[in-house]
Amino acid sequence: MGAPAFVVTTDPLELEPLIDAVARRLEGAPASAGAVTSFLGTVRNENRGRRVERLEYEAYEPLAVKSFERIAAEAAERWPDTHVAVHHRTGALAIGEASVAIAAASPHRADAFAACRYAIERIKQIAPIWKHEFFEGGDVWIEGATADPDDEEARTRALQAACA
Amino acid sequence: MRVKVRLFARLRDIAGAADLARELPGGATAGTVWNLLAAEHPELAAYRGAVSVAVNAEYARMDARIADGDEVAFLPPVSGG
Repeated sequence: MGAPAFVVTTDPLELEPLIDAVARRLEGAPASAGAVTSFLGTVRNENRGRRVERLEYEAYEPLAVKSFERIAAEAAERWPDTHVAVHHRTGALAIGEASVAIAAASPHRADAFAACRYAIERIKQIAPIWKHEFFEGGDVWIEGATADPDDEEARTRALQAACA
Repeated sequence: MRVKVRLFARLRDIAGAADLARELPGGATAGTVWNLLAAEHPELAAYRGAVSVAVNAEYARMDARIADGDEVAFLPPVSGG
């Protein structure tokens, strides 16, 4: 069994379960060699000149998990035999803690790197997750992209970032 | 018919509740629900062009027809990662 590939959790994130989840998918694949890449997004202590004290993440969990599944399917469509896992944390996070963990496994390292980058770009576009920033002197909800999985221009931008 | 409404992040703060229930006429769409909420909370109206909607935890459009018992979620611009 092992760890699920797509998770929203209040628990601290670790990469190992994601690496296991994607590496397992490569077993029995036609390629004899492979690559696994990973990404951790961590809480920064500064944002737009504000001294950040902590972040609180909120998610619409069932749709967030489906968004991760969709992103992994998009990556597999673009990079054949590439598998992606995503875990995202919610609740209060201190500076330096990981908010998102991604792993990608592929027969080819270039595809594994690209899929990992693609996944984080797409998460920022379409995952129903929000960060509430608490900084010195106030707090603010961060609002980025209007989530629209069918927006092909956004998807193209994510692909371009992944292949840059 | 009766629908469950879910609001997130700043939308929840504006409305003062994460979960609501509303009675709607037959033939209502997700947009009908949004207009109802925006009338109750004028600050929400500013989000009209930026909000995303999900019906029963699937992304949908404002013109999606709503059925009795559906869960309609309104999502402000996202900022995960």
